[in-house]
Amino acid sequence: MEELPFILEQVLNGVVVSAYYLLIALGLSLIFSLGGIVNLAHGAFYALGAYFAVEIERYLGFGGALVLSPILVAVVGIALERTMFRRFYRSDPILGLLLTFGLAMVIEQAIRIVWGAAPLPFRIPSYIQGQLFVGDMIFPYYRLAMLAVAALAVTGTWLLLNKTSFGRVVKAGVQNPDMVAVLGISLAPIMTAVVALGIGLAGLAGVLLAPISGVHPAMGAEIITAAFVVVVIGGLGSFWGVVVAALLVGVVRGLAIHFVPAAAEASIYLLMLLVLLLRPRGLFGERIMRFE
Amino acid sequence: MFNEKDSAKPGLSRRTILKGSAGVAALATLGAPAIVRAQSDMIRVGHLTPRTGFLGPLGEYGVMGVTLATEEINAAGGVLGRKIELLAEDSVNPSTASTKADRMIGRDNVIAILGEISSASGLAISQVAGREKVPFIQTGCNSDELRGKSCNRYMFHIEGANTMYINAVGDSLKRENLVEGKTWFGLTADYAYGHDLLEVCRNYARKNGADLGQNELVPTDSTDFSPFILKIRRARPDVVVSNLAGNQITNFIKQYKEYGLEYPLAGGGFDTAAAWGAGPAAFAGIWPAIWHHSLDTPSAKAFTEAFTKRWGKPPENQAWGDYLGMKILAQAIAETGSTDAEGIVGHLESGAKFDVLKGREGYFRSWDHQLMNEMYSIRPKPADKQADQWDMLLLGDPVPGPGEDLETIATTRADSACNLG
Repeated sequence: MEELPFILEQVLNGVVVSAYYLLIALGLSLIFSLGGIVNLAHGAFYALGAYFAVEIERYLGFGGALVLSPILVAVVGIALERTMFRRFYRSDPILGLLLTFGLAMVIEQAIRIVWGAAPLPFRIPSYIQGQLFVGDMIFPYYRLAMLAVAALAVTGTWLLLNKTSFGRVVKAGVQNPDMVAVLGISLAPIMTAVVALGIGLAGLAGVLLAPISGVHPAMGAEIITAAFVVVVIGGLGSFWGVVVAALLVGVVRGLAIHFVPAAAEASIYLLMLLVLLLRPRGLFGERIMRFE
Repeated sequence: MFNEKDSAKPGLSRRTILKGSAGVAALATLGAPAIVRAQSDMIRVGHLTPRTGFLGPLGEYGVMGVTLATEEINAAGGVLGRKIELLAEDSVNPSTASTKADRMIGRDNVIAILGEISSASGLAISQVAGREKVPFIQTGCNSDELRGKSCNRYMFHIEGANTMYINAVGDSLKRENLVEGKTWFGLTADYAYGHDLLEVCRNYARKNGADLGQNELVPTDSTDFSPFILKIRRARPDVVVSNLAGNQITNFIKQYKEYGLEYPLAGGGFDTAAAWGAGPAAFAGIWPAIWHHSLDTPSAKAFTEAFTKRWGKPPENQAWGDYLGMKILAQAIAETGSTDAEGIVGHLESGAKFDVLKGREGYFRSWDHQLMNEMYSIRPKPADKQADQWDMLLLGDPVPGPGEDLETIATTRADSACNLG
């Protein structure tokens, strides 16, 4: 019986942790849904967010890094979208895959050249250190703040996609880009904005994770597979799919560590397998004709 | 109808995303090819170490160390009047490491291979070296098994064995009364090195009356340790013992600090880069160390100075290992007057002494090829005593102490499965 509070603690902790899966997977899903590009460089942008944050924090503090770093990463994203990504939206997906895979290596190597390979120290700002105790449960303030920022970002993205004309064009573009073009709406600037948003979210995740994980060049490669798993479980084109999948992955991993710790990482792949067997399109995956 | 038109385009299926992740794995094993210039008057030496992945940051220091050693040797006229040409590559993983070792020996005619950090890759390279009869001086693999069951006439170990690390840190823990009758909670990296270290740690605990009842295996690709930390909090151990590796140590220390748990931390494996990465605010615990740049001996100071001048930061302990590997190899070639493999192996086995940049000289044991040298313990340095960002660690006295036999911290011959003669 005394197991129960502890399991609850792991579940709640999983919910907090899911914020970090969510931020990365959301951008990945957006870019893939609209552009058809499997962005293997997404993890590299996440790393870039962390490295920019290390630099900005020196001058403007953590708050400054939190605002500025994702914007800078998004600017890099815009430049790359304009020069490279847009050539691959309608071509064989393998080409986009190769492009972004190469890009991931180039960015990781650039980080190595500029900042070196050794991990850089980056601490939780002093005003947010400490832990909240609820009964016997413990939550570091920093993770709660991280959850709040992620919730804000997700809410903002949802409002943008569902309550604005921009969002309506994006949604229409996901389903049928040709029809959108026929209606005289150019998808090019919309795509630039979506890519910038997606990559900016990855940068934001990088800033948020930097204080509690190592800031090192390969950090993007560590996170990218988990992000893909979240997108696949959630299903393409579904906003809530990604949200629910991120929560599931966080919670399942926490519980796996409780019951079968050695299989903690494998558990999320098993979850993916299970979901795909039952629902081949993912949990909330929409039927997107052009992807069928 | 537009949809129909679209579906005629190259198929973009949901599975593309899955293929994508598989593609990453496939492409990552290719790595970069060696650039080889044919110059017969050069002595070619191969260097393999992970430069990507969770051991990558350490590997990078290894490359800096071996590069500096090569430059110093060549600037002083080389060995036997010939310059050394270094072929350095990313070893990536055991299968790639073995392929690359094969190619370095077969096609590039290297006279020896240096490096490696992953014990799994080290084993793969040693099998190639043994088959091709080429010396392999490993500089970063800690697993006892490499010196025991899997020992090999052509493999030499500059890196300390897990037993040496555990004995070094165990001594410090005993002084703090954290061994006998205490409960330990272990966190172990789930691969060859971690399992080996756990075994050594269990033996030490059993012999010295500590209870290592609880241990968790941590996948090497884990970045979030919070569920493990919650388990530790619930178990209320006397000591948390880390058998983690590389970036895992940095991540764990940072997150342990985040949760504010008070149980003392100790570890069986440690690299300075992990502490630097965690930063002075988060670093905690008692750890073993094989080398640290604050060592106050003439050759250690000279190395630290040369390294800092060359690379703009002080050497990490992995840099020491690879630097030393090249220096020892060059010295063996100079002293035997030849690059012949049997000559080098025989010389290293002979008990020849080497300056290992510590208080006293080191030598390789003839029967398991382990370098006998002093170890240290390390802990956080008080904030008011730190001179700069690199100066956050306090180095303890050498273990074994002055006058004690260097072999006291190493596996005894009776306990070892290796018998090279």
